[in-house]
Amino acid sequence: MRSTYSVLVENNPGVLARVAGLFSRRGYNIDSLSVSRTDDPGISRMTIVVEGEKAVLEQVTKQLRKLVDVIRVHDITDEPHVDRELVLIKVNADSGTRGDIMQIVEIFRGRIVDVGEYTSIVEVTGDEGKINAIENALKPFGIMELVRTGKVAMQRGIRTVLVED
Amino acid sequence: MLTGGQILVECLKNEGVEVIFGYPGGAVLPIYDALYDSDLLHVLTRHEQAAAHAADGYARATGRPGVCLATSGPGATNLVTGIATAAMDSVPMVAITGQVPTTMIGKDAFQEADITGITLPITKHNYLVRDVNDLPRIVKEAFYIATTGRPGPVLIDIPRDVSAGKTEYRDPGPIGLRGYMPRLAGEPAKIAAAAKLIAQAKRPVIYAGGGVINSGASEYLKKLAETIMAPVAVTLMGIGCLPGDHPLFLGMLGMHGARYTNYAVNECDLLLAIGVRFDDRVTGKVESFASHAKVIHIDIDPAEFGKNVPVDISIAGDVRTVLVDLIKNLTCNPDPAWQEKIARWKKEYPLDHSREGLRPQAVIRELSDMLQGRRYRVTTEVGQNQMWAAQHFCITRPRSFISSGGLGTMGYGFPAAIGVQVACPDELVFDIAGDGSIQMNIQELTTAVNYRLPVNVAILNNSYLGMVRQWQELFYNRRYSQTELVNPDFVKVAEAFGAEGIRVEKIAEVRPALEQAIASSRPVFLDFIVEREENVMPIVPPGEAISRMLG
Repeated sequence: MRSTYSVLVENNPGVLARVAGLFSRRGYNIDSLSVSRTDDPGISRMTIVVEGEKAVLEQVTKQLRKLVDVIRVHDITDEPHVDRELVLIKVNADSGTRGDIMQIVEIFRGRIVDVGEYTSIVEVTGDEGKINAIENALKPFGIMELVRTGKVAMQRGIRTVLVED
Repeated sequence: MLTGGQILVECLKNEGVEVIFGYPGGAVLPIYDALYDSDLLHVLTRHEQAAAHAADGYARATGRPGVCLATSGPGATNLVTGIATAAMDSVPMVAITGQVPTTMIGKDAFQEADITGITLPITKHNYLVRDVNDLPRIVKEAFYIATTGRPGPVLIDIPRDVSAGKTEYRDPGPIGLRGYMPRLAGEPAKIAAAAKLIAQAKRPVIYAGGGVINSGASEYLKKLAETIMAPVAVTLMGIGCLPGDHPLFLGMLGMHGARYTNYAVNECDLLLAIGVRFDDRVTGKVESFASHAKVIHIDIDPAEFGKNVPVDISIAGDVRTVLVDLIKNLTCNPDPAWQEKIARWKKEYPLDHSREGLRPQAVIRELSDMLQGRRYRVTTEVGQNQMWAAQHFCITRPRSFISSGGLGTMGYGFPAAIGVQVACPDELVFDIAGDGSIQMNIQELTTAVNYRLPVNVAILNNSYLGMVRQWQELFYNRRYSQTELVNPDFVKVAEAFGAEGIRVEKIAEVRPALEQAIASSRPVFLDFIVEREENVMPIVPPGEAISRMLG
């Protein structure tokens, strides 16, 4: 099973180490973890994707809640939510292939954000499936470098993961 | 204007701290300078590890947080074993360490160690103080976190420029930790469901642990047990939560539990687990543990539910609060056949209590008998001595059996006994030790002598690392690799430190020697030369079901 957690934490020094350390100490498998501060500078939000058995996932929630700097933990896997990742892909591109690459990027509603003599950097935002698909589509041209942000997620509608909920 | 060190002292006094166990060094000099003028008692140990264990022993004996203090770098890392010990056994502790000045942090300065990083997995929370103005808030939060919910150690790392920096002392006001709100009361619906399950049970067993002692719930545990006529098996941490001479007391369960205790757990139809965490030394093979029983689990820490063993009803809350509510809801029909069966097992499979020869079990039984009716506390080291003490000592009060359970820290018992003796100056304090374990912090005899702490150490001396040797005998074909010890003369060691030493080689000498130790106003090493290859029995082989014991 794979779960997505939206976690609010105090924006204190070392909070990421506390959360990451918890995962490594307990042997939980982090699929992706993204973190940055929210509109409240005192609070950061983490989106954590974890792979594991049901019992492990239950423990993840409970152990996270034990951390003093963790304000809220919410498993949004089964709730309607949007999730996005951003990827930058540096791909081999010369005058012969650039047109094909641009077409693919267009289909995925991505953007070419840098063009060099032999390379292009492609930026794409989307869910995991879309990111995987464009990665596969660009592979034949030769991917030189790739960086993904990891998933960020938010519930749809009026539901929120806020401090006072 | 006060220095950070002076502010720290003020904060400690506000928290009701009366004693600190510590060891000075360069990075904590501003704090030690402030202590010089304070009326806090500082106990100077000979090793920082011992300071942490002494603070831990003080905390376990009193229920109040123990405080230890060390300098940066090696001073701080020497606390680590003591902090980890406290963390594993849920002991309230505040560890204060010095750090290099903030401007030097990260530069591998002399005696710099990232102690907040090092202690992340072994503290309930920790702090690096970056601004002297934050000190009152941090100290207040640290004590609150250490002592509330599931107790545990909190570390405060104070850079030297912070402890030397000056500012006005301001009360930090109320604590505002939005991510930390321990739940005290159990959910009424779950309590009602538990009461219903209890009413249906024919063969109930209570499995009680350190959480009962931590929450001060012993009286309610007794009431619960007597109401539903359930025998009470205890964990190592739970020893003392029900008097050892109570008819429903079953003693310790698990790897070194008595046969009757493990059989009772194996055959019960309801296991009422209270303030426990289903440690692997208790459960043995998890799939076979109490496999005929419905399980109710009551604990302050919801993360313990389902961590090791699936449970039918889990009630999160302070054990005492939950038990008060549960007892109000109880109706039950105790089945006399269950009591009779347990009584039969007790008769059929008693723990070995022969007093022939100078056997360690006999020494402990003599000591236990002699101390009944007196005010006493027992600490233990780790290994065979610890398990014999757990099996054979009749402990009648909570907080009077003090032992390193979760981490199994050799060298714990003696410094812990020093902390206990500081906390309880009018009580007799005995550390039950092995010859291996006592040598791990033997230097603390100086501390005991210096502070006139008449701690008694009963060394069960078999010239082996006994428990490891026992495992080698049983599971490694008697290949005694590195477990035979060549020891110093413990009597002469004691005398060299200014303490008293007594050697005992015959069973008839045990009682007079103990009487001499009890009467002495000095620390005493009792060197019991016990039979060398005595084993702790019964034993559940690792990975086996607890009903499948050897011995």
